[in-house]
Amino acid sequence: MKKDSRAQITRKESWREYFLLSLESPAIAQNAQPGQFLMVRASVDTHPLLRRPFSIFSAEGKSVEIFFQKVGLGTRLLSEKQEGDTIDIIGPLGRGFTVKKEIRGKHSALIGGGRGIAPLYFLSQKLKAHGGTARVFYGGKSVEDLPVRERFEKSGTTLSCTTEDGSFGTRGQITEAFEAELNNGFTVSRIYACGPELMLKKIAEIAAALNVPAELSLESVMGCGFGACWGCVKRIRKGQEPGWHKICEEGPVLKAEDIIWELGNND
Amino acid sequence: MIDLSVNIGSLRLKNPVLAASGTFGYGMEFTPFMDLNELGGFVVKGLYFSPREGNPPPRLVETASGLINAIGLQGIGVKRFCKEILPQLRAYQTALIVNVCGENEEEYASVVEYLNSHEGIAAYELNISCPNVEKGGMCPALKPDLTYSVVKLVRSVSSRPLITKLSPNVSDIVEIALSAQEAGSDAVSLVNTFLAMAVDVDTKQPKLTNVFGGLSGPAIKPIALRMVFQVASQINIPVIGIGGIMSGEDALEYLICGAKAVEVGTSNFIDPESCLTIVQELERYCQTHGISRIEDIIGTLDVKQ
Ligand SMILES: Cc1cc2nc3c(=O)[nH]c(=O)nc-3n(C[C@H](O)[C@H](O)[C@H](O)COP(=O)(O)OP(=O)(O)OC[C@H]3O[C@@H](n4cnc5c(N)ncnc54)[C@H](O)[C@@H]3O)c2cc1C
Ligand SMILES: Cc1cc2nc3c(=O)[nH]c(=O)nc-3n(C[C@H](O)[C@H](O)[C@H](O)COP(=O)(O)O)c2cc1C
Ligand code: FES
Repeated sequence: MKKDSRAQITRKESWREYFLLSLESPAIAQNAQPGQFLMVRASVDTHPLLRRPFSIFSAEGKSVEIFFQKVGLGTRLLSEKQEGDTIDIIGPLGRGFTVKKEIRGKHSALIGGGRGIAPLYFLSQKLKAHGGTARVFYGGKSVEDLPVRERFEKSGTTLSCTTEDGSFGTRGQITEAFEAELNNGFTVSRIYACGPELMLKKIAEIAAALNVPAELSLESVMGCGFGACWGCVKRIRKGQEPGWHKICEEGPVLKAEDIIWELGNND
Repeated sequence: MIDLSVNIGSLRLKNPVLAASGTFGYGMEFTPFMDLNELGGFVVKGLYFSPREGNPPPRLVETASGLINAIGLQGIGVKRFCKEILPQLRAYQTALIVNVCGENEEEYASVVEYLNSHEGIAAYELNISCPNVEKGGMCPALKPDLTYSVVKLVRSVSSRPLITKLSPNVSDIVEIALSAQEAGSDAVSLVNTFLAMAVDVDTKQPKLTNVFGGLSGPAIKPIALRMVFQVASQINIPVIGIGGIMSGEDALEYLICGAKAVEVGTSNFIDPESCLTIVQELERYCQTHGISRIEDIIGTLDVKQ
């Protein structure tokens, strides 16, 4: 984990409310694993005060990318940054997805709802590099919520898109599309997902019913991102003990069976 | 060579910058970012005798230039701290201060008694802002008599310098500081967080599950500074200034108002190297102002009558 206060934006892509920034930060790029995140300072001012967490979209050579949705002040300020600007980032942070040797020759399903697609591109590349195959389920409200689908297509990843309004791909919820494929005989030996908590909870149920291991990337309000504030806790099992554990250290990626879905966990 | 060292009673600090409790983890979290030896010292997360669960999330909400937290003093308890963390921290030559919590007076005393027998701790900071379960959740920091009583008891069992950390949620903080002094506290640190809240207007619900939390960060600095000045002007024991410090200039304001040292809190989250940057900025200020000892700045506020 390193602080790089001068990571330069070398490329920026934007869609209505989504943005992709490439940042030059060799030390952080070299050590990044899929599912890990960065803490990004959106402004040097005191408002917004805290850094904002973003999954690592990709890491290659000297560059890391982040993909984000504009939802408030911090993401708005970040969206206004231009190529050539520098930003202050800390990373790579947290525990990412596990990709073991046994993945060779196996099928994985990667399920990303909305901005939850962010960590899955990097993961799909790593799975391929390990000789596994990945099918990506990408869902959103409408076609505009699926801006990075071309990145997956270009890399030759099988992609199944879902929109709630039917403007692109299959109409409906991403979890319904995934279940429909399973009913059609699609088999997986591993599930990885990121997105809204209700979606993740549903996927945890599907995975449990199939008896397939699933890893889910959670979100939480983070004060620091590196274990110092105790602000980011969720109810999870560590060993046998359920407790409030720090998502920035134990996660953001957790085994589905370690997550305790209960009130107060669904913020 | 500028002398940045200061004395808090018998506690000697190599520079006046400490990391504040609850914002610096147990110290080790910051080793990827800095050499802890360069700090004046650091105060670890508040410790009760037993481990504590803390509050359900969301525990944090950001407001204009501020952060409201309702962590609920989650922690590993004093035994695990001594077993797992303290041995690692002993490798550092910097003042390690333990923030001591309690649900009642006896718990404060038992935490200190337990820690007394362990090497490598420079001082105790008494967090008297913990709700007292026997007194309907009232915390000692809110009443002069309760402050006096807990400080007196802990002073009698403590083998180390004792810093009493004051709450700003009182009408007369000087009165509380005087009680701590009278009870034998070696120093006072102020302030802890300001009781605060925030509301989601769409759901009409409080943004924190706990409804209330403590406000910290730049938003509180002017009020905290005023309190530090008032207290430093009225008591004889050293004062440590806390609240919204993000830069060397912020720290200098506190020193000029009479604080002998400062604690940096929320700033550690935003910039984990913050404490060291502040030390460097203090040093540079001394250089440009021809000051050879940082102690010469303390309490130099020039109030034109
Ligand atoms: C580990 C992790 C990885 C993340 N990765 C991505 C990513 O790759 N791309 C992306 O677009 N977003 C990601 N997020 C969410 C992102 O951090 C928030 O959207 C962002 O912090 C909002 O900041 P803001 O100032 O724009 O909005 P604010 O004004 O702070 O808030 C706007 C809305 O977002 C909610 N919010 C604020 N902070 C968070 C948070 N940390 N998590 C969830 N909701 C929040 C608020 O409750 C509010 O409703 C991630 C979050 C975590 C914890
Ligand atoms: C997340 C968080 C946790 C804290 N935990 C403690 C604690 O355990 N004990 C304590 O005495 N103060 C605690 N504090 C208060 C700080 O030590 C400090 O007094 C306060 O934040 C004001 O300083 P700042 O504005 O620089 O943050 C905490 C503050 C924050 C933000
Ligand atoms: S974000 Fe601070 S401990 Fe996890």
